[in-house]
Amino acid sequence: MASEAHVQAPETWSPLFGRLTLDWIPYHEPILVGTFSAIVLGGIAAVLLMTYFKLWGPLWRDWITSVDHKKIGIMYMVLGFIMFIRGFADALMMRAQQAMAAGGAEGYLPPHHYDQVFTAHGVIMIFFVAMAFITGIMNFVMPTQIGARDVAFPFLNNFSFWMTVAGALLVNISLFIGEFARVGWLAFPPLSGSAFSSGPGVDYYLWALQIAGVGTTLSGVNLLATIFKMRAKGMKLFDMPVFTWTTLCTNVLIVAAFPVLTATLTMLTLDRYLGFHFFTNDLGGNAMMYVNLIWIWGHPEVYILILPIFGVFSEIVSTFSGKPLFGYKTMVWATACIMVLSFVVWLHHFFTMGSGANVNTFFGITTMIIAVPTGVKVFNWLFTMYKGRVRFEVPMLWTTGFIVTFAIGGMTGVLLAVPPVDFQLHNTLFLIAHFHNVIIGGVVFGVYAAVTFWWPKAFGFKLDDKWGRRTFWFWFVGFYFAFMPLYALGLMGVTRRLQSYMDQAWQIYFIVAAFGAVLIACGIACGFINFAVSILRRKELAVGGDPWNARTLDWATQSPPAHYNFPQDIVVSGRDYFWKMKKDGFKWSTNYQDIHMPNNTATGVIVAAMALVFGFAMIWYIWWLAAISFIGMIATVIAHTFNYNQDHWIPAAKVAEMEAKGDVA
Amino acid sequence: MSAHSEASHGTMGQLMTGFALAAILSIIPFALVMMEVDMAPSTLVAIIMGLGAVQIVVHLVYFLHLKSSTEEGWTLAATVLAVVIVAIVLAGSLWVMHNMNANMMPMSEGNMVMDPEATPGASMSDHGAGHDAGHDAGEASGHEGHN
Repeated sequence: MASEAHVQAPETWSPLFGRLTLDWIPYHEPILVGTFSAIVLGGIAAVLLMTYFKLWGPLWRDWITSVDHKKIGIMYMVLGFIMFIRGFADALMMRAQQAMAAGGAEGYLPPHHYDQVFTAHGVIMIFFVAMAFITGIMNFVMPTQIGARDVAFPFLNNFSFWMTVAGALLVNISLFIGEFARVGWLAFPPLSGSAFSSGPGVDYYLWALQIAGVGTTLSGVNLLATIFKMRAKGMKLFDMPVFTWTTLCTNVLIVAAFPVLTATLTMLTLDRYLGFHFFTNDLGGNAMMYVNLIWIWGHPEVYILILPIFGVFSEIVSTFSGKPLFGYKTMVWATACIMVLSFVVWLHHFFTMGSGANVNTFFGITTMIIAVPTGVKVFNWLFTMYKGRVRFEVPMLWTTGFIVTFAIGGMTGVLLAVPPVDFQLHNTLFLIAHFHNVIIGGVVFGVYAAVTFWWPKAFGFKLDDKWGRRTFWFWFVGFYFAFMPLYALGLMGVTRRLQSYMDQAWQIYFIVAAFGAVLIACGIACGFINFAVSILRRKELAVGGDPWNARTLDWATQSPPAHYNFPQDIVVSGRDYFWKMKKDGFKWSTNYQDIHMPNNTATGVIVAAMALVFGFAMIWYIWWLAAISFIGMIATVIAHTFNYNQDHWIPAAKVAEMEAKGDVA
Repeated sequence: MSAHSEASHGTMGQLMTGFALAAILSIIPFALVMMEVDMAPSTLVAIIMGLGAVQIVVHLVYFLHLKSSTEEGWTLAATVLAVVIVAIVLAGSLWVMHNMNANMMPMSEGNMVMDPEATPGASMSDHGAGHDAGHDAGEASGHEGHN
């Protein structure tokens, strides 16, 4: 593809540095040098500030080594927002390039750079933004919704988080050492095979996703075990809040689907490293098998992203309508149906690859069927609002914005489910507009709603209302400006991933889309300003444990919750149990007991750091370093099994003291 | 915190039954291959695969104690879900790939493993000649299939 234009570093290998040479450092690219200096200056400033305020100890003790599910959840959100800035910078670069590069103009990004940008954008937004956000929300909220003190395997939770960070770091290292993949976010062979992508870009992709994938899979196992084993006494499955149900279904999907991704990427790795022929063009390899396998993971993946967000909106709608959720059981069954059906629709991603009419028809129909349970959910939310006393606080604003936007995105999805239509629109900007319509309208709006909704629970003060509304309106309007032109362009036949194009009639649409992206940038800025303003005004925004008059157990704790969550064990009978507790005038008894809690540990972050080194060494063929770091990982894990100092008791007196402090606030 | 019921670990008798069944199910296919029994390769493969499937069930029941009663039926439910998904993935992939092969890559068995050097002049670019040769040959036979 574009590799001819790119000045490739010569393929040399030395025992010490592998294939890493100075030629791989892109010091001749002004954009990258600028970014690098900004990050270095920012990093130095952060280090100095941290040192000045003596924050290194607390950071290490209270956060990095923490096994508290709430802190890990918050760290996932921080990771998500940081990577969001990176992924959105890529998006802005693409919008600027396409707004400029019409009618023979080349824009400012050469093809080999542009191809890395769109690949990085997709990989980062799905794996390190959306996945980080939903894992963070599930981690923070779900255990408190079922009355648990932590997740089933607290150390594993910490380890999963740091493995995700290691993967994210690898992707970002590729910016300044070497290159990133130029193959699109799913790295289809033969383009991603060693014959056509010889550099380290695809290897960065593979190792980053494999390392982060370990974290995701383990976190899935962990949250499932938590839901099955750690519910409060008396809480039956059909007493669980809907968000916990969607978390359950999401993690079943993670546990079932992510091994497929791992296996597929392993086969591609074997092709690239050891000359296997799973997906090559010759010697019996079949590249279409890769496309088939990766979408068997890829379709469940989009439901992994959206299901917890459906849960978030369900909690918000019933809270702000002051009513129990309409059709709780249909909501649960719709979620379960989506969970199973998401495994029988994958072929709709490649109708055009050459299947016969019967195969395409089957998958077209299953795709239309999966829209039905989703439609059921939309009506449930609408009927929950119907005749409720709806309070239009910011989370509710995001919810209504979501319902409108997501319905449009869903309908364009059903259009694409018709194979003959898909033959016209496959790989056009119509498709791009469709999935941004559901992912932004669904996941991103949902994350902002969830952050606004649970922020007071996490930190003890609300987010500023005015800046919250500004964030919403910039995002909402910006989204339509940015993506409606892409629908139009897609219908005109414009394909995705174009670095430049000849037809100047398209340019005005791309300019409008770029304007939309600028509006979204304002929305993102307002979001961060909101955080800053609210932190500064935290005294006047301070709230108690239940600021929204909510219905589920997560609001029965202090804000922020003590690290043991609940001072006493709760016995649950029925749905929306916190609502019932409030009506019965519930008070915690002052007869506290000792509470058993897990200890913090540094093993997770140490093993993940070694995994990062291992990934880097494998990417650059530095075999000695790979061997050392791999042995180091195994040894550290084995050593950890001899650590018997894994738990502690909080004495009842200490619990009483912390609860008394909570009452005052 | 749920107490481990003694049922979940099985008795010596159950373990030995499982061991005997597993041994028999392993010896039969091994013997069939080693004794070079006279039967069609496809029949042989079918028998070995079939015994392998039975072997999986034996392991699940006797060693992993898969019963409807373990963990209030959750173990069984999880296994059924896993089996359903694996079945969907395997059957679906076979169906999809077979369908695509029929439509896209009508190759004879002999073409599947081809010597890259045997197709002269196929190397169009400086990327590994072997890969391109296979690709071009595959496409060529694809076109023949349509004529």
